Amino acid sequence: MADHPLLKISNLTKRFGGLAAVNDVSVTFEAGKINAIIGPNGAGKTTFFNLVAGAMPPSDGSIEFQGMDVTGMSPDRIARLGIARTFQTTMLFEQSTVLDNLIVGHRLRTQSRLWDVIINSKRLRDEEKKCRARAAEVLDFVGLSHLANRFILDISQEERKRVAFALAMATDPELVLLDEPAGGINPEETENLASLIRKMVQHGISVCLIEHKMDMIMSLADKIMVLDHGEKIAEGTPEQIKNDPVVIEAYLGSDEDVEA
Amino acid sequence: MDRVMNFLASPAMKIVLLAAGILFPLVASSEYQIYVMALAFVWAIAVYGLNIITGYCGQLNLAHGGFFAIGAYAVGLLTVDYGWPFWPAFIAAGVIGAVLGFLVGIVSLRLKEHYFAIFTLCVGFIIYLLIEKWEELTHGTLGVISIAPPEGFGLVDFTETIPFYYLVLFFLVLAIWLISRISRSLVGRTFLAIRISDDLAQSLGINLMRNKVLAFVLSTTYAGLAGALLAGVVRFIGPDLAEITHTFDVITYLLVGGIGTLMGPLVGTLLITWITQAVQSFEEYRMIVFGPLLVVLVIFMPRGIVGTFLTWRGRRLASKAPAKQSASRVENKNSEEAGTHG
Repeated sequence: MADHPLLKISNLTKRFGGLAAVNDVSVTFEAGKINAIIGPNGAGKTTFFNLVAGAMPPSDGSIEFQGMDVTGMSPDRIARLGIARTFQTTMLFEQSTVLDNLIVGHRLRTQSRLWDVIINSKRLRDEEKKCRARAAEVLDFVGLSHLANRFILDISQEERKRVAFALAMATDPELVLLDEPAGGINPEETENLASLIRKMVQHGISVCLIEHKMDMIMSLADKIMVLDHGEKIAEGTPEQIKNDPVVIEAYLGSDEDVEA
Repeated sequence: MDRVMNFLASPAMKIVLLAAGILFPLVASSEYQIYVMALAFVWAIAVYGLNIITGYCGQLNLAHGGFFAIGAYAVGLLTVDYGWPFWPAFIAAGVIGAVLGFLVGIVSLRLKEHYFAIFTLCVGFIIYLLIEKWEELTHGTLGVISIAPPEGFGLVDFTETIPFYYLVLFFLVLAIWLISRISRSLVGRTFLAIRISDDLAQSLGINLMRNKVLAFVLSTTYAGLAGALLAGVVRFIGPDLAEITHTFDVITYLLVGGIGTLMGPLVGTLLITWITQAVQSFEEYRMIVFGPLLVVLVIFMPRGIVGTFLTWRGRRLASKAPAKQSASRVENKNSEEAGTHG
């Protein structure tokens, strides 16, 4: 396993009719690193995530995860292999507690079926205990143990983001894909989320994120890939990206939406 | 106030409800009331079925009434035309409900959201047409008469209202018990994740098709068995049983009581059944009462009576509990678990 990169993308392409949302992108992400994908709106960043997570099959190219070809696999299988993700809009069950939302996160590591439920088997009881423990653990990891019994309705946007992180963590992933984790939250909270992302990496989870907040990306990422019109126009360290004239032209220089 | 609320949500409440169910025939003023209650219980079982696929799993199934009718017709035709006793026919109704549910499920659940609802609406209508037009099998518009009542094996006579009431009560309790198990379990949580979003559920490693089909088959089995019980109590059924209005009745019960809650189906069904009885004298004008009531309810209580209550109480408890205390509790648990893992 050590010989294989965490994620090896080769010539990845996704066409919607005549439009290539992702066009011939090849990139390698190493384990234990924070990888960022940036690019103007409509550059194909989320499509790229959807392809990696299996939410849609690519038109062309291949995706290797830890040396295994996962191209075209269903998203639930990919999740079981160890790729978790969060979404741009945080999806949680509002009329339920934080802890209750997290218990299902570990479901993919359990085996219980309907029959176990009917006879209330030992396997089911053990697995429910395990899921509950894992939920409490990840909640503690994201620093929200004190909100375990709060309803999702009653917690802040940033706290919801953390719950979404925790839910992804509960699946025991190797790699977490974060789609705009800092969208819609204030600068101070953004800094807190950045620390949380660093903490995830320290605990052996590799991260790949899409983000628009440049400050956050530049201080957080080990490696940045820049997409524009579905194509990779640059990759490198934050330092290299900052000084890349192509990037400045395509993104930093021309896009008014960039938040300073 | 809080005490009342806590009691309503406590396990003791279940015993009170069960006792009320058992004692009802003793306090009912007429046999008719017992009969109405027994019918309401039959419908409640069907509503519990819909709650699995629509309430917990989030897929609006508009063929539910059709599966209910299939269960009723299974018992009707097997007992009348093929001379089966009631109980084997009853089991067959459940099996037929499950098998047809599986076949319809693996096709229809490929569709999402309103496409699924529209598809199942059509399935429901096809079931209605089949029952009405396939005269050789179903007797067409004549319906099925003189359906065999459940055999009492010389102990009880289920053609009497009171024994039948207890029989239906038994099945209702069984139905609720099974749902309470499922909804609290990992299987129920899996359904809930699908209800939040297909994409989220899949990203959590949940196999959508397998779980949706499971929820669908469970719900059609419930519908089939409820229909079978109806055939056993009414003992006359016609194709109107498969009309879409019954599906919408069931949906109304579910919405009023509380979609996706354990006690919602029972509360909704009983409430509407008895309100309907109370305004019986208004005849067709009773919809003037129902219409506005339903609109108000859907606007102000989208999660129904039970859902609104549970959310209100849960939030209240959470805000009252000192934050520090709950934090330390979880941390303690963590350190314990860390200890056992290490």
